[in-house]
Amino acid sequence: MLVSIYRYNPEKDEAPTMQDYEIEMPAGKDLMVLDVLNLVKERDSSVSYRRSCREGVCGSDGMNINGKNGLACITPVSEATKGKNDKLILRPLPGMPVIRDLVIDMGLFYKQYESIKPYLDNNTPAPAIERLQSPEDRAKLDGLYECILCACCSTSCPSFWWNPDKFVGPAGLLQAYRFLADTRDTSTDERLANLDDPFSVFRCRGIMNCVNVCPKGLNPTRAIGHIRGMLLQREI
Amino acid sequence: MVASISNLGRSGLYDWVIQRITAVILAVYTLFLLGFLIAHPDLQYSDWQELFACTPMKIASLLALVSLCAHGWVGMWTIATDYLKSTGIRFLFLLVVAAFVFVYLVWGIDILWGA
Ligand code: SF4
Ligand code: SF4
Ligand code: FES
Repeated sequence: MLVSIYRYNPEKDEAPTMQDYEIEMPAGKDLMVLDVLNLVKERDSSVSYRRSCREGVCGSDGMNINGKNGLACITPVSEATKGKNDKLILRPLPGMPVIRDLVIDMGLFYKQYESIKPYLDNNTPAPAIERLQSPEDRAKLDGLYECILCACCSTSCPSFWWNPDKFVGPAGLLQAYRFLADTRDTSTDERLANLDDPFSVFRCRGIMNCVNVCPKGLNPTRAIGHIRGMLLQREI
Repeated sequence: MVASISNLGRSGLYDWVIQRITAVILAVYTLFLLGFLIAHPDLQYSDWQELFACTPMKIASLLALVSLCAHGWVGMWTIATDYLKSTGIRFLFLLVVAAFVFVYLVWGIDILWGA
């Protein structure tokens, strides 16, 4: 199978190029895209990419696979090449500075994540045991806490491409809502005040690219809608 | 929190609400005009004149005009802050947009209420 990989070493290369590899695929097996990358790496050890868990848990191998962001380790080759002439095209996640080949600089992504204070804030005295929640309150965090910060969503979002320094992006906003929805958190108002400007939340145009690519099946657009609703309620 | 001095409302929320309310006003106004045109297949200048001469229509037109200006400003401001990365060019662009909005507003009021 033909595998075309984005190659770029900013220190040496003037411009990125696509390099083709013809890879012999084992018969009768549907490999994951990451397995194919590993086969390429055996042939050409200079190809660089991130990976760790190889089971969709660590979020390190987010990349653009045949035009769609996803985790290489849980994207079967058959799915990636469906209707695409049996060719695998791998590029780094779009819109971020490239460090080497498929490895991007996630600095701004993490900065946005940090900006929403991704930790529980509670100003009441700590109880002797854990802070308890009813099962119903705990259920409010479902569909939010599962995010693995792979950045597939934010790097597919045009609003994030244009303003990655000002728009928090779908991943950060999903986590912002995770803490807004947590009944144990007492700084809801400060959190909302921090999101009220024209960029942080309101740059979302509801394009829903984020929902389309999230490998965990999460829905940042819905969370963003909830945040808007909370901001509105706070002002009315 | 990202600060900005050139957006219309006090916050992202205000801009967002303004954009939605003005959109509804403009939609209703446009649909009404469309309905009027359909209801008057052989429209004469006098019918048109009569429609815009009555006070409720004048008020509605003014509301639509103000809505259009606000809607246009919020929209153009958003486009400019998305796509124009050079502060100088963005400032110039917004200045031109602001001038157009102002001229259209004054001109529109003059047409509606002027002698
Ligand atoms: S929301 Fe989904 S796509 Fe976005 S960072 Fe989290 S797991 Fe990845
Ligand atoms: S719905 Fe919002 S956050 Fe998601 S991709 Fe679209 S603009 Fe970005
Ligand atoms: S290697 Fe961990 S998510 Fe793919």
